[in-house]
Amino acid sequence: MQRIGVFVCWCGSNIAATVDVEKVSQVLAQEPGVVFSTNYQYMCSQAGQEMIQESIHKYQLTGVVICSCSPRMHEATFRKTCEKAGLNAHMVEIANIREQCSWIHKDMATGTEKAVILGRAAIAKVHLNAPLTAGQSPVKKRALVIGGGIAGIQTALDIADAGFDVDIVEKQPTIGGKMTQIDKTFPTLDCAACILTPKMVDAAQHEKIHIYSYAEVEKVKGFVGNFQVTIKKKARYVDETKCTGCGLCTEKCPQKKVPNAFNLGLDNRRAIYIPFAQAVPKIATIDADYCTMLKSGKCGVCSKVCTAGAIDYKQTDTYIEEEYGAIVVATGFNPIKLDKYDEFAYSQSPDVVTSLEFERLMNAAGPTGGTLLRPSDGAHPHTIVFVQCVGSRCDDEKGKPYCSKICCMYTAKHAMLCREKYPDTDVYVFYIDVRTPGKNFDEFYRRAVEEYGVHYIKGMVGKVVPQDGKLKVQASDLLGGSQLHIEADMVVLAAAIEPDETARPLATMLTASMDTNDFFTEAHPKLRPVESPTAGIFLSGACQGPKDIPETVAQASAAAAKVIGLLCKDSLTCNPCTAQPDELMCNGCSSCEKVCPYGAITYADKEFRGPNRTTLLRRVAQVNPAVCQGCGACTVACPSGAMDLKGFSNQQIMAEVDAICR
Amino acid sequence: MSVTENFKPTIVAFCCNWCSYAGADLSGTNRLQYPANVKIIRIPCSCRLNPMFVLRAFQKGADGVILCGCHPGDCHYTTGNYYARRRMTLLFSLLDFMGIERGRTRVEWVSAAEGAKFAATMNEFTETIMKLGPNRRLEDLRCRKD
Repeated sequence: MQRIGVFVCWCGSNIAATVDVEKVSQVLAQEPGVVFSTNYQYMCSQAGQEMIQESIHKYQLTGVVICSCSPRMHEATFRKTCEKAGLNAHMVEIANIREQCSWIHKDMATGTEKAVILGRAAIAKVHLNAPLTAGQSPVKKRALVIGGGIAGIQTALDIADAGFDVDIVEKQPTIGGKMTQIDKTFPTLDCAACILTPKMVDAAQHEKIHIYSYAEVEKVKGFVGNFQVTIKKKARYVDETKCTGCGLCTEKCPQKKVPNAFNLGLDNRRAIYIPFAQAVPKIATIDADYCTMLKSGKCGVCSKVCTAGAIDYKQTDTYIEEEYGAIVVATGFNPIKLDKYDEFAYSQSPDVVTSLEFERLMNAAGPTGGTLLRPSDGAHPHTIVFVQCVGSRCDDEKGKPYCSKICCMYTAKHAMLCREKYPDTDVYVFYIDVRTPGKNFDEFYRRAVEEYGVHYIKGMVGKVVPQDGKLKVQASDLLGGSQLHIEADMVVLAAAIEPDETARPLATMLTASMDTNDFFTEAHPKLRPVESPTAGIFLSGACQGPKDIPETVAQASAAAAKVIGLLCKDSLTCNPCTAQPDELMCNGCSSCEKVCPYGAITYADKEFRGPNRTTLLRRVAQVNPAVCQGCGACTVACPSGAMDLKGFSNQQIMAEVDAICR
Repeated sequence: MSVTENFKPTIVAFCCNWCSYAGADLSGTNRLQYPANVKIIRIPCSCRLNPMFVLRAFQKGADGVILCGCHPGDCHYTTGNYYARRRMTLLFSLLDFMGIERGRTRVEWVSAAEGAKFAATMNEFTETIMKLGPNRRLEDLRCRKD
């Protein structure tokens, strides 16, 4: 029999106003096993805590019930208090008589009656509590960053600067991500490449950072502090150690008709390519889908011209296994595909472009060398219409329900740059709302309107019709209350952004949760914004939600700080409330293993004593307490009832049910 | 039989630790009233709710049992509430077949931000139970309160 102490808190008048605390402590004193019961004004105060500790010594308490505020508030506090008095932290139970009793009831009698029942349930539970000790698991002092965009680079640099090894896995042949495709950045209009490329070089040259470019994460096992990751390095048919990045092969390759993905298909490249001049690592890659040598075995020009002898047509995918303590997801975003938005004639006219394509057309390193020319005929456009919210803030299934957040600002930037470079152009922006919160953002937008004379029109574009080399734009002007017909030379669509398509399979691999839009969810939307609810997984950049560059970099550094905090530890305290199988009852059916979201359950053949001095070999479930998060899915899935959860055992919950229904 | 005259139903609410228990706390913080008949038991995840607990509650004299968990897709343990949803669908059909009316059992998704929803749900649920009257079907007569 436990010796239980009951401590009823007044919480000033928060509890005492609607719960007769004196009566509660008196009634609960009559419960079996209760050897001491009292009440006090503020149980969480220094004096209250000392009282609990003294009572533990004086009455040799083996269990403590505290009737107070929510366990979410002070469970940890009271556990620590009791631990200091020599009682196991898990011998403490909280009866929530504030949030779930005194605050929701006005009547003293009702409140008191309910508080007594809640107290009884806690006492019934604590009778069955057993001391639990949290295990320790070691921390591998190495971090993995998935995605090498500005988010991944910044996170990796910050972690590496703190002295920990970091690996970046990037699926493209070069790191840099979307920011490499951008021309200028808002609100300062400084060149994106000028601020990004030095960071890319820093990452490549950092002795603590290793970049796996043209690679993908194939498999993730393990748990916080101890992830085992398999990385697939895709065959690029070029020996990375030999290639000098001279680029001769990319000039001599006879296969010239490959759509250049870096320029979003606005021009062509060769089958062997370096995405752009400042690529990191600057190594050529053969596009196996277009290379004649790989497809038919006839060509070999690149191999002949390569003075370094780096071309290797026989290269295959290689797999690398590495251990990590923490994983940062920085998979970024993509603009949505616009095939469902045919009213804007995106698939009908090459002069209807997305904003990212427009970015390439304005870029000095882009297909037109920075001169704004229409993709159809190479003429200079005189009227440009920008359409906002294409697929963003959309109620129907075609688009996304959320605001993509960056479009208002980059459109203001595009409009401004157009007017600055070509003052003879007329620029129209059709918007639903202009959303420009952010430091110096609204000032930037107002400059576009006031100084640069961009025509901002509230209203949506209904239809774009290509006609006689022009684009007829039909739109409504909501403020002017009229229909507008504009003959445009170019239409630029601010496509909604969505998480990268690799994010969903990756989330499954990491058991990290996602929202309905495939953005990774954070552990707490306000207080833990850069951690995934899955321990050891951190979030950086637009994989968590639409973000501009300043926000991405801020979150990247925040994620790095969290990773550094984790990697600084030599070992981690595990959650002691884990599942535990009764090996004598387990028949090794695998039901529990199938429902475990963490892969914490494995099976082992164990010897058991059989009849007549025989030994039987049986397959039984085993729980890795360092991996188990204590959800209890396995306990209910187990058909033989062999699995139970420490701290929330079947008996404990049943006892609570009994106490409440008594 | 005027059973409903002084009928004070016992309602057991199983709340998952991450969303619904926090939602219940929030309705307290916002001082939103719901009947004292509702007593909450904290479980780590809605998937921890063993059908045995529901049966036990009815057997011991509970008049209604409600399970609250994170919204589908938001489970702290990724998939727990999906298991709970399927399991409870089955269990509640079985209970209905056994004579425990559908109205006595319920699953509701309440997030940590939905204090108002929690209180509203509990008000509504208690009202339903009041209308249904005391649970006599599965109650272990040896546990009779009166």
